[in-house]
Parts: sequence; C-alpha cells; structure tokens
Amino acid sequence: MNMSNTINRNICHELDLDWVMSTQANQSAIERRAATLGTRRSVKKEFQAAWLARAISCIDLTTLSGDDTEGRVRRLCAKARHPLRADLAKSLGMDTLTTGAVCVYHEMVSAAVAALSESQIPVAAVSTGFPAGLSSLKLRIAEIEESVAAGATEIDIVISRRHVLNQDWQALYTEMKLFREACGDAHVKAILATGELGTLRNVARASLICMMAGADFIKTSTGKESVNATLPVSLVMVRAIREFYEQTGYKVGYKPAGGISKAKDALVYLSMMKEELGVEWTRPELFRFGASSLLGDIERQLEHFATGAYSASFRHAMG
Amino acid sequence: MDIKEIYETMDYGTAPESTDEANAWLAKNNRIFGHFIDGEFVSGTGHFETINPATGKSLAHVSQASSADVDSAVAAASHAFYDWSKSSGFERAKVLYALARNIQKHARLFSVAETLDNGKPIRESRDVDIPLVHRHFYYHAGMAQLMSKELPHREPIGVCGQIIPWNFPMLMLAWKIAPALAMGNTVVLKPAETTSLTALLFAEICAQSGVPRGVVNIVTGDGDVGDMIVRHKDVHKIAFTGSTDVGCKIRRATAGSGKSLTLELGGKSPFIVFDDADLDSAAEGVVDAIWFNQGQVCCAGSRLLVQAGVADKFHSKLVNRMKKLRIGDPLDKSVDMGAINNQAQLDRIKSMLSSCDPSKITTVATTMPDDGYYHPPTLIQDVETSDTLMQEEIFGPVLVSTTFRTPSEAVALANNTRYGLAASVWSENINLALGMAPKLKAGVVWVNGTNFFDAAAGFGGTKESGFGREGGWEGLMAYTRPVNVPKEPAKYSATETIINRAASINRTYKNYVAGKHSRPDGGYTKQIADPSNAATYDIPISNRKDLRNAVEAANKAIGWSSSTGHLRSQILYYFAENLSARANEFAALIDTFQPRGISGADEVEATLETIFECAAWSDKFDGDVRNVPMRGLALSLNEPVGTIAAFAPAEHALLGLVHMIATTIAVGNRVIVFPSEINPVTAGELIQVIETSDIPAGVVNILFADHSDIAKHTAMHMDIDAVWCEENAAISSMVEEHSATNLKHTWTQMNAETEIREFLDHAIEKKTVWIPWGEG
Repeated sequence: MNMSNTINRNICHELDLDWVMSTQANQSAIERRAATLGTRRSVKKEFQAAWLARAISCIDLTTLSGDDTEGRVRRLCAKARHPLRADLAKSLGMDTLTTGAVCVYHEMVSAAVAALSESQIPVAAVSTGFPAGLSSLKLRIAEIEESVAAGATEIDIVISRRHVLNQDWQALYTEMKLFREACGDAHVKAILATGELGTLRNVARASLICMMAGADFIKTSTGKESVNATLPVSLVMVRAIREFYEQTGYKVGYKPAGGISKAKDALVYLSMMKEELGVEWTRPELFRFGASSLLGDIERQLEHFATGAYSASFRHAMG
Repeated sequence: MDIKEIYETMDYGTAPESTDEANAWLAKNNRIFGHFIDGEFVSGTGHFETINPATGKSLAHVSQASSADVDSAVAAASHAFYDWSKSSGFERAKVLYALARNIQKHARLFSVAETLDNGKPIRESRDVDIPLVHRHFYYHAGMAQLMSKELPHREPIGVCGQIIPWNFPMLMLAWKIAPALAMGNTVVLKPAETTSLTALLFAEICAQSGVPRGVVNIVTGDGDVGDMIVRHKDVHKIAFTGSTDVGCKIRRATAGSGKSLTLELGGKSPFIVFDDADLDSAAEGVVDAIWFNQGQVCCAGSRLLVQAGVADKFHSKLVNRMKKLRIGDPLDKSVDMGAINNQAQLDRIKSMLSSCDPSKITTVATTMPDDGYYHPPTLIQDVETSDTLMQEEIFGPVLVSTTFRTPSEAVALANNTRYGLAASVWSENINLALGMAPKLKAGVVWVNGTNFFDAAAGFGGTKESGFGREGGWEGLMAYTRPVNVPKEPAKYSATETIINRAASINRTYKNYVAGKHSRPDGGYTKQIADPSNAATYDIPISNRKDLRNAVEAANKAIGWSSSTGHLRSQILYYFAENLSARANEFAALIDTFQPRGISGADEVEATLETIFECAAWSDKFDGDVRNVPMRGLALSLNEPVGTIAAFAPAEHALLGLVHMIATTIAVGNRVIVFPSEINPVTAGELIQVIETSDIPAGVVNILFADHSDIAKHTAMHMDIDAVWCEENAAISSMVEEHSATNLKHTWTQMNAETEIREFLDHAIEKKTVWIPWGEG
C-alpha cells in the first residue's frame, strides 16, 4: 500500500504567548506514562522485523566528530544506501531500504552530497554554531545559507537555550523565524537541547514556539548534552506536536537524538509515535532517529530474525 | 502479511503470552479442585465450572463448599490459632517472607493463571497485581517482626473469615491474608466463585512456605459459602471486599454477634480536572482510572468532573486517546483491555447503559473477539447529577462526565454521592490541588495521579464505601484488638462534699441542641428518683424529631472539624476548668446516684483528667508520612469521622458521658450524646458547664432519651457518620443491625478499661493523600 509522501509544509505562524504559557507538563505523570510505553505494546517475529526495517528508514545516520574526514563520510553514505547486508535485505524483501538521511557538519556536506548522488537520501547539516549555538547571529544565519548552498536539504539548527532559560519567548521565536527563513526550501529541524532546558514545561513551551516560528521538525538534542533523548522528554514534545496539529492543521516531525542505541528502544519510540500521533508519524517524512550506533543493533536483530541464530557485529558492514 | 506490507501498515500483530506452565498446573490437578483445609487439599463436592472470560470456555471445575467443609475449615483455623497466635513475631515473619519469596518465584505462573481466570490483560497481572501481592507479603513480614515491640497493647483477634471479590483475586487475597497472619490470626478465605484458581495455587505455595496446618484455609463456592462463614459462631472477624449490597447484608448478619467487621465496598469516585491541569497527562490518568482492569475497580475514577472552560478540549483529547486503546485477548501483551470477568457482569453493564440516550455515548469502534465477555471503553458526556448513571456504580469500562465552574462546586459534586472511597485531583496549582484533599469525602485522594496502591499506605472508604483500612499501620487495627489491661483504680484526694439540694429552687432539665436548651419535641418528661428516693427529677423524653434537630445542628457545626487543634485544646482545658469550679456539686450528685463504687469526688477528678488528656491530644494526634515507592509523599491524615452519636454508659454518669464528648470533639467531630438513663441529672447539670466553656453551638448536643427507643432511629439516620455504645449494651446489636442502612461506623466494644487513645482511634478516619512531585 502506498502512503502519500507529501506533507503540507509548516509555515510561520503568529507568536501566541497565551497558548504557550497555558501549556503544562506534569513530570511525575509524564514519567509514569513513559514507563508503560514499553510495557503496553510488544511486536514480535515478522512484525518486529518490519518495524525494525521501518526504524532504519527513519535513521539520520550521523557522524559529528572533530576527526570527520571526507573518506569517513563516504563510508557512512555508502552504509546509508545499503544499511543491511545484501542477503539479509533480500530475505526480508527490503532490498531498496535506505536510511532516512545522512547527518554531518557543514564542512562535510559536499562530500556527503557527492557520495549520495542519484540516491533519494537527503543530506542534513547541523548548523548555527552547533552544538552550543553561541556564535554571532549573523554567522549562524550565514552558516545555514552556506550549507544550503552546498547541497544540504535539511538543516538541524540549535536554539539559544538562554532564551528559554530567561523565558524570553519573543527572542526565541524571532531567532527561529530567522533560521527558517535562511533555510529557504531546505527543511529545518529545531534542536531544543532539552537536557539543558531545566524542566519539561520549558521543553513543552520551547517546542510550541519553534513550531509557531516554522520548524519542520523538532529535535531533542545535539547528542553532546549530558542528557539527550529520553522517553519523558519525547512524550512532551510529541504531545506538543499533536496539540500544534490540532490547533493549526500543520504536521511537524519529531527527531529524538542521542542515547538511542538498541533495537528495542527504537521499537518503543515507534510505538510511542503510533500511539500518541498515528502511523503517519512513524515514517521518515515526520520521524527520524538521530543515531550512530542504533543501526548496528538493528542489523544484528534482523539477522537473528532471518536465521534464528544470534548475530555478531563483525558480520555487518561498519558505517 | 509479508514484511513489506507490515512495514507500510505498522500493525502490531499479536504477542501472546504462553499458557504452557499454567495449563500444566491445571492438568496436574486434573482440572478439578477441592478445598484447602488444615494444610491439605480435600476433594470437594458440587463441582462447577470456572470459565475463562476471554473465551467463554471452561478452565477447570471447582467445588461448592458444604457447611461441613466450612465447619472443618473453621475448626482447623481455631485449632491452629492456639499455637500460631503464640508464635513469635520472628517465626511469623519467616513464614510471611517465604510466602513473599515463593510468590515472586512463581510470579509469571500466578500472572498467567490470574489472566486466564479473571480476563484482565497480562500486562496488568504481570506488572501491577502480582508485584503488589508480593510487596504486601514482604511488608507484613516486617509487621509480624515488629508487632511485639511496636504494638505491645494489641493482640490477634482469632479466626478471620475473609471473603474476596473477582476483580483482583490474588491482590485481595494478599490484602486479607498478609495482615491477618502477621498479627497472629488464622484465616478461612473464600475467593469469588468465578476466580478461585489463584487462591488454590496460593494454597500450594502455603504448603511449600512453612505455613503451619490450619493457619490458612481456603474454601470455594458462591455466596452461600460466604454466608456460612459470616454466620459461623467460631469466626471472630469478618473481612469482606465486594459490593455494597452484600456488605449491608453482612453488617446485618453479624450485628450483635460480637464479630469484628471490616468492609471494602463500592464506589463512584470522582476524577476532577481543573483548567490548569496538564490535560494530556490527565487524559492518560483517565485511562488508568476507568479503563484499568476494564473499569472493574472499586476505586475506579468513574465520574469525570471537568472544569467548564477546558471541557471540550479535554473530552476531545479523551476521545482521541480512547481510539488508541486495544481491546482483545488479555494474554496478548499489546492489549490494553481484556474481558469483563463474567457474563452476568457484562449483562449488568449493558443493561445499565440501555436506558442512556445513545447520542451521549462515545465508544471505540473496534473489533472485539466473537467469544468471551468484552465491552468497549465507553464515555458518556453531559450526564446530570440526577442520572442513575452518575449515581450508581457501573463496575465496567464506562466513564460518565459532567462539568463544574469553581473549586467549591467541584467539591460539592464530588461529595454528592453515597460512596466515599477515592478521588483524583488534577491541577498544577499546589494551593488548589492540596486544598482539595481535605474537602473530599474519601478514604484516598490522589493528586495528579490515580490508582496508586502500596502496602504501606492505607486504603479504604467512608460512607457506603465501607469501613476499615487495608495497608499501613492502620490496616493492622482490623486484625488486632486491644489487650484489656485492668486500670489501676484512680486515687485522688477526697474532697468534702458540701451541697444542700433540699434548699434549691425547682430545677428544669432540657435537651441541649445547637447551643440552646430545648424542650423535647413530644413535650413529655419522665420523673426519675435517686436511689435513696430523697429527690425526684423531671427528665425530658426525646423522640426522633429531637434527634433530627440535633443531627442538623451537629452538621451545621462543620467548622469545628476544620478548626485548629490548638483551639480545640484550649476549649477543652476551659471545659475542665469550669467543671472543676463545680467539682463539689458534681461529686455530691454522683454520690447520690451512685452510692457504691468510686466516690463522686474521685469520679470528678478522673473526669477532669480525661478532659486534660483529650486536650493534650487535640493538637498532637498527628498523621504521618508513609514510605511508598514513589517520588513524593503519601500522607496518612487523621480526619474527624464527622457527626458521632454516642450512648453514654449507665454507670459513671459523668466520666462515661465526658469520655464520649471529650474524645470525639478533641479530634474535630461533632457529637450527639445520650446520657446515662440511670443518672441523667449529672448530664443535665453538665450542660451549663458546656455552654460556658466556649464550645461552639452544635458541637456537643445532649439528648435525654430512652436508649432502646432512640437507638434504631439513630443507627438508621443517614446523616450520622458513626454510632458508639458500650460493650454489652442492650442496644448494641440493634445499633449494628440498623447501621447497615448507610454502613455508618459502629463502635460497640468500649468498656471501662478502654484507653483514651483507643477512643481517639475510633474518632478519626484515615485518609491517604498521594502527592507525587518533582519538576526539573
């Protein structure tokens, strides 16, 4: 069955502070719900295999290291084109499967674009002074423009945490709006760095503001904070996405990043998306994992499904 | 479906829990079960099927106990009580610990057996019911260990008859058996007839855990078996969890038998959502409140009260959430709701809904299995308070909702029910949320949460939801009684009596109601004489209308219940001071009526000390904080019962009367007290002391009445919360029987030896308030 891949892209909305300030997030209750997300649903056998394939299709295969080189990025891109060993992909009937995107720093964008030519795999660039976001606004905007010019079609920006911590919602809105404008046709993912926002209420409010200012995706973290994607934070963000959709009719995507490295975790995230938002939000158009080591665990699980024997990492190509 | 297809649809498929072990256990028993009596399985008679509600098919046959079976179970328990009650706390702790461990070791078998027999989702039996069961045994292993040091003045009651329902078969068994055994009692337990299997599995575990023969006996069967246990002369205590109707019958059946009784009954608990709540979390809370265990939960949040301004938004969130619930085979690990336990219950739910306007009903359009007893999650909006569905317990996955405008209206709606089990309050405003807790008439209040349970936290109801608590220290009250320690006769220095009644002017005694002296409604008085016939006194004869007026006055004085302990303490001291000023006069009066026994002077002095002790407790009868596995607090609060009607003992007309007054009002109750019939004159004189002591109008009301005439009306009055009378009083049986009209508390076991502390324990109602916290 074919699902439409076209999402009516979010636009920039007015800042509605009444809405923002009325948003609540009760941490204890959210943690309780989060604790049962993994126990209320269980996918087994061929269903699990299919769900894991779906998880692969949503991975933003990422390298964000100081020692990244063009060669390393080419290897990653090759893995993005063929995330599963050929025989495994064939036995699952998923030989056209690719990851959702490849995510790199600006300097690696052109290498990635070249390595992914003719594939449908987008290149995402982290931007705006990633990960701290404390370079000048002018430079941050220029960085977006340069990455877009270099061929990135997805830009992962970082918000200024200080605007949230100082409750300067207007400044956060204005900044996000400028970033969105600088992206042009490239899709923008707003990284909230939730591990640095202090409270879940701040996460909820920052999520709403970024969506009001035109974010296509909201994303938990850079992977560089001490606490990255968690289920409670994810619940808050996907509930904000749901509320935003109900109020405006625009579908915004979600990207948890950092700390998701097990196939089992990926299943819980996918079922959370399905339960809280619907099946549409389990597809790469509206859902991504920011992860580097998740794919390896999924490959091993899929080989176990295919052969009945537990796998080993050296049996799968490194990315 | 091939993988590519699932990849597109993202269906869950099925994830069935294996039943191999459970089936092997059933097969080992040939799918036929008898009873567990005196440490052995005995074959039963009158076998009947126990059905898997998920399929409607038979699982096994269990037995209908005969009266001979019940007799032998009770005899075994009586015999075992002798040694078990004398065993050390350490010995009992070892047994309870072994039970906890062995249940934990077989947790999955218990979970699967529970789901097979009950129909609840395996997720719940696995993650909620069974973990709470072993937690309960661990916790009470500790209570057994601590009993001799922490409860030195309490002793076991004897043979406990325990009758439990089908909604949480193992958990209710644990709530009953663990505290009973910890305190040195022995038990005869009857599981519900539709869910006997896990109790029988537990019996096997008992045999393996070193439970001595006869300490635990399990007999199966229907309500007739329960009735045999209730009426059995050698059973000393009845603990029942189930419907309010059956609870009333048990109250009547045990009236006057001297059996101690606790009842955990029905509810129609409010789920209150304020406009500043985290609405998404509150919607999730509703799922846990009414769609947990298919809504077959006595404390289910079955009445949604939502603040008008967010009602549409909240209902819309709720309907969307409902659509995601998965209903089906309870053994499927991805199922949210399983089967209703039995056909009769399913029929009852359907019939209750049949009269409802279909346009108000929202259900989930989901496919449900063809066989078995399933009911979809259901929301009924805009239900008025006058609607039966808003008043009666449905005991199914059906939520009724209405709106409120202000916090006080929320309280009024929440309390507008004959039940009082639990309440859930959702608001991010700490003042609002915590301020609601004391105003809600319920045994348990959950703030920003629902259906929290733990062995350390008391659980139980008020009003027609029953009485008694399970869990925590208060839960031990139900399985112990005070050791009667003869009091040392009070020794006070004698005071010279100087009074000359002959010279007095004609004396008029009236009732004292709402702070006023009032003539009895009937206009009659009766003349009584002192024992020496030296003088006669005209004493009013009150009737039910005087009672009605007194109850109205008492309930108007509700402010007393929220007054500070400091204020109540000062007033009690002042009361003592004013009584002391007239000590000689009262002493003489007592001596006149009570020529034998302690002297009037000594009784007055003892009375003054009693008031002092109550004054001392007024600002010290503290609640406490319970160590529950949650980030936050579980407060165990001591709240006044409300309006208490108390029959003063015949003897010790002053001391007995003042015990009733001072112990009740010290902790915030209002009291209607009926003075001694032999010496009402003392009470008549005491009225003047009361009215000069700053006790607010309506807090203390005194009615002169023939106890046997007024007792029935008192016990039946719907707006009285408790009735007290002395042990062996001729009226105690009548009081207990008629209290069944609204299941008000009765306390009929006090005597001259009873400690003040014991009075105070009966004058309060425990409320557990759960306050999860944390942000950032």
